[in-house]
Amino acid sequence: MTKQVTAWIQAAPMAAVLLSFLVAPIVMIVIVSFWGATEYSIYPAFQFDNYEFLFGSSVTYRVFLNTFKYALITWAFTLVIGFTVAYYLAFEIRSLKWQIALFLLCTIPFWTSNIIRMISWIPFLGRNGLANSTLISWGVIDEPLEWLLFSDFSVILAFVHLYTLFMVVPIFNTMMRIDRALIEAARDQGASAWQSLTHVIIPLCKPGIMIGTIFVTTLVMGDFITVRFMSGSQRANVGRLISNDINLLQYPSASATAVVLLITVLIVIGLLLRLVDIRKEL
Amino acid sequence: MTSVPKIRYSRRSLLKTGGAALAASALPAPMVWGQSIRDITLRQFGTGVSNLNEVATKVKEDLGITLEMTALDTDSVTQRAATQPDSFDIADIEYFVCKKVWPSGNLQAMDASRITNYDKIVGIFRDGKLTPESTIAQGTAPHTVGFVEGPGGTEFVNNESGWMTLIPTIYNADTLGIRPDLIGRPIESWSELLNSEFAGKASILDISSIGIMDMAMVCEAMGEIQYGDKGNMTRDEIDRTIAIFTEAKQNGQFRAFWKTFDESVNLMASGEVVIQSMWSPAITAVRSRGIPCVYQPLREGYRSWGGGIGLSANLSGMELDAAYDYINWYLSGWVGGFLMRQGYYSAVPETSKDFMSENEWGYWFEGKESTDDITSPFGDKLAGAGEIRDGGSFYDRMGAVACWNSVMEENQYMVRKWNEFIAA
Repeated sequence: MTKQVTAWIQAAPMAAVLLSFLVAPIVMIVIVSFWGATEYSIYPAFQFDNYEFLFGSSVTYRVFLNTFKYALITWAFTLVIGFTVAYYLAFEIRSLKWQIALFLLCTIPFWTSNIIRMISWIPFLGRNGLANSTLISWGVIDEPLEWLLFSDFSVILAFVHLYTLFMVVPIFNTMMRIDRALIEAARDQGASAWQSLTHVIIPLCKPGIMIGTIFVTTLVMGDFITVRFMSGSQRANVGRLISNDINLLQYPSASATAVVLLITVLIVIGLLLRLVDIRKEL
Repeated sequence: MTSVPKIRYSRRSLLKTGGAALAASALPAPMVWGQSIRDITLRQFGTGVSNLNEVATKVKEDLGITLEMTALDTDSVTQRAATQPDSFDIADIEYFVCKKVWPSGNLQAMDASRITNYDKIVGIFRDGKLTPESTIAQGTAPHTVGFVEGPGGTEFVNNESGWMTLIPTIYNADTLGIRPDLIGRPIESWSELLNSEFAGKASILDISSIGIMDMAMVCEAMGEIQYGDKGNMTRDEIDRTIAIFTEAKQNGQFRAFWKTFDESVNLMASGEVVIQSMWSPAITAVRSRGIPCVYQPLREGYRSWGGGIGLSANLSGMELDAAYDYINWYLSGWVGGFLMRQGYYSAVPETSKDFMSENEWGYWFEGKESTDDITSPFGDKLAGAGEIRDGGSFYDRMGAVACWNSVMEENQYMVRKWNEFIAA
């Protein structure tokens, strides 16, 4: 057997998996997005109605804008928190044993379900919840804060809580691979701690930051359940548009929205990858 | 059946203890088909409300029929009834869905002469009138989609033709739930939902087809909109209704919207919300936590809904006979009692009476003061002695229905406007 044939055979299982579980479903979604729907069934067709309605409705633009807003704010918070945590683990903790122990500690919340971690905020933030009653007993506030729950605040809080680890892990990973001699060299050259952070560490962490960014952005943009629960159904993002359509059996229209969302996310990722060549840096 | 503490009738004890008259009228089938029916399996699907395992267990015990239950959400129920005729024998659907499902030809009309208790079925499902003086409410009233002209009928007819689309199983009248301890004054009108006194403490359900109806009840009570038919609004009526609620939403009237039963219970129990659209068992759930909660009767009346079971067009022969036996058994009282002790109503209330204690019957059906604790079939205490059911008797409640759940002609338009409301 020639080398080339062997290579093809070796790649075949993975290719088959990707084709049947990634490419085929997406192709299916694209096809269905051109279909028509009655109230209780869908029928094959090739029409642009779904897209026409999608782009013709002001709701779509508002909801996409809202989705970007959530993604951007969540990204900023997870980046700052994630970077700080990773920095602490990588540079402040000296022994490898403790680094690993503390890193595992960060992952413990992931032993419970996503939904449970999210919903547990509801009684905490509620009108008569722990946060409000504590603040009142401290005398900080007289009336319970209404905006703590069922607001943009609670949605973003839940996102940050759920997804910060996705920022910590890749950044920590790149930080651990930074040659300590480089930092020593920076210090020898007279760089302050801040200068070595901005000129040495951050540039070298870029691939990690970028991977974390991709994780967080795609997770937030594709979410629907967090927005629904934490806003008490009062806010909408693209995921909720899709889920509403599915509930009403409007699969073609849901597919069209999904296709537009997919393209949007791909464009975002494309732009991000132009900033940093992950392949080269890894 | 440990869930039926006071009265326990098994088929055997009925026959043994001289309940033969009842058994003969209600359960004629097991004696005829007893042996062969034991092998029959009927596949039923419906919403969680009435797809109860207790029913399957009991029918196995009484008739020997194996009932395979599938519980789905409202939207999936509709979809399955309309698109997957081979996947079920018995469809447990809501009446308003009938308009959409019947034209698909997936269900077959039922011969009323084979329904033992047909004459005892409540008037709402026959001529539309609860009592001879009753007026018929707006929306999809069950009797308007309850009959077709004959065995193969495709058109609904407005009389008791003898061929039924669905056999009514379970129904109720819905209204607003309130927390009397947190409101502290009487609530008498739907318009209170948008009263600024409850800003940030109100909620409405995020299920468009039902939510729009609750909205309409509110707008009409406020005197803002007069509807031709709340169950079949014009585009203009939809626009104006949604506009009123969008403004209220932007002014912070609502704490949250709810989509599932549990959410509505938690919103109410935690005190996040003090007034909201609610379903009867959710009120029960809040109360069973020891929190006061009232299913408040309002002067404009109730929004009502009803479900029924229909037969798949594929049923024939012995399976069809078994299905009729099952329906006759369903109406013979045990299921009715089981449902009525949860706060729903049975299509043939008088047969259920035999399966309820005098206290339970008085409390749930007659609206009398309870003489002892009222417990659910699952053993939870729902009320103590000396309490009265919210809204009173069956005739007080079902007699004050303002509108039935329905599907509008402008449904797709309404759904779009609803999405705008949520995103606003």
